[in-house]
Amino acid sequence: MSEIPESLKYSEEHEYIGPTDADDEVIVGITDYAQGELGDVVYVELPAPGDTFRRMDVFGTIEAVKAVSEMYSPVSGEVLAVNEAIDEDPALVNSDPYGAGWMVRFKVEDASELEELLSADAYRLLIEE
Amino acid sequence: MPEHEVVRHYTEISLKNHHVDRALYPLGSCTMKYNPKVNEQMARLSGFAGLHPFAPAEAAQGALGLMHELGELLCEVAGMDSISLQPAAGAQGELTGVLLMRAYHRARGDEGRRRVLIPDSAHGTNPATVALAGFEVVELRSNEAGRLDLDSLRSVLDADVAGLMLTNPNTLGVFESEILEISELVHGSGGLMYMDGANLNALMGIARPGDMGYDIVHLNLHKTFSTPHGGGGPGAGPVAVKARLAPFLPTPGLKKEGESYALDWDRPESIGKIHGFYGNFGVLVRAYTYLRMLGRDGVRETAEAAVLNNAYMSARLEERFPLPYGRGMHESVYSGAELKRRTGVKTLDVAKRLLDYGFHAPTIYFPLIVSEALMTEPTETETREELDRYADALIAIADEAEHDPELVTGAPHATPVTRLDEGRAGRRLDVRWSFDNDA
Ligand SMILES: Cc1ncc(COP(=O)(O)O)c(C=O)c1O
Repeated sequence: MSEIPESLKYSEEHEYIGPTDADDEVIVGITDYAQGELGDVVYVELPAPGDTFRRMDVFGTIEAVKAVSEMYSPVSGEVLAVNEAIDEDPALVNSDPYGAGWMVRFKVEDASELEELLSADAYRLLIEE
Repeated sequence: MPEHEVVRHYTEISLKNHHVDRALYPLGSCTMKYNPKVNEQMARLSGFAGLHPFAPAEAAQGALGLMHELGELLCEVAGMDSISLQPAAGAQGELTGVLLMRAYHRARGDEGRRRVLIPDSAHGTNPATVALAGFEVVELRSNEAGRLDLDSLRSVLDADVAGLMLTNPNTLGVFESEILEISELVHGSGGLMYMDGANLNALMGIARPGDMGYDIVHLNLHKTFSTPHGGGGPGAGPVAVKARLAPFLPTPGLKKEGESYALDWDRPESIGKIHGFYGNFGVLVRAYTYLRMLGRDGVRETAEAAVLNNAYMSARLEERFPLPYGRGMHESVYSGAELKRRTGVKTLDVAKRLLDYGFHAPTIYFPLIVSEALMTEPTETETREELDRYADALIAIADEAEHDPELVTGAPHATPVTRLDEGRAGRRLDVRWSFDNDA
């Protein structure tokens, strides 16, 4: 069974959105379920700090042994930081998606977009379909 | 060094690899049939092997004659009028074909056709080719039977569509039985029909792409016509077309004048050269040999046996590995999704474990529309005993997944190298011999 932490929010595109110490900043990565479906991740292309995205813009691509997938920005905002470690070791996305395998830290432009994200329960329902 | 030491060295190296001379090679969509040794003997005849590529046509009549005759045979199999033997592989054949499409529309002053349609089951080279040729890819849905969805097709057909690329049978092994209606729709809106001929092994001698309404088809000699796939090449992907596209084929063409053969450079509307000289000539000799050995009936029997072998394989496996789109013709796409849900063992693990049983892995995770896809194409050249050995191995692995999943997820165990970190292998490729390792 995939791990779906209660403390996080989720998008229908299988990203998680986690809190930080700042109210308007979030951590984004892909869920445990998503990494399991993708299989071994071999390359992750991330944006650069300072890039801005609208909700549902493609902010990066993830290449697994099977296929290349795009990642969609779950919120509108600016990239504050990206996880350099997964450039060196993309397997972190598989081994620790909610921890060392995080991808991007966003400054959220419109807090109301966070309200539209899925809860852990709602996300569980989505993947059980 | 004595001769036998050298022989042993190379024999040992050859056994570290898997090849079709060792055992069944079940990659689907790739048609890894046995490559008869007589092909090699013919390609090594000194008149062919020693021929200089700059030899004048008068001194190369045998080679030109062989190419001309091979072209005619392939056109007959494809139901087409003209052919170029130049492209070096399927993917390059696709590019040639899509450039032909572009040249055709341009010559008619029909410049607005920017989009090429491709079903969601297609091989990755199809959209890649279309993008490389400067067109825009439009993805079409497959329906529940695994066939192109006609409503999806109708909804996008427009004056900006250059053509449709459709593999038949498609990459699920399913025959596009509505192909005549599809061709009519595409032609009706001014587009062209391209067939990716990778799966011709299911049809040759029985049904012809040209009769289905296709205008362009590439044939993979290294699949259907028993030439080696090589270590990434060389192969050959000749492109055959209907007469209205012939003026655009690559230069030089071949022509027969009386009893002699000549290169034909006089093609003002040609898309130009696609490959150095005349393509991979040695591969053409092998394919020609294959066709002449089979003859007309043999070609048909080959396709029939390929379909029969796959029906047998599907019947043996479908209980343990379900077929979401049913049994295919020459290949079937099984799903490991149920196995993964129950045991945590993925299709990737099953494929790795097959190596321990002495087989090459099948094609996995393609086509993308089947979850945990495992695609197997047994080909006509395998005996029933060998088919059983492979089916038994897959069933044994499904049992292992139930009782001892770690045995499978940790595989392979018996190969010269075990499970690789594919991420790191891709980024830090290390294939150079280091003398420090010389223990
Ligand atoms: C359906 C299909 N199309 C195209 C290709 C590309 O052919 P090639 O590998 O000769 O470039 C393949 C190869 O596996 C294929 O299976």
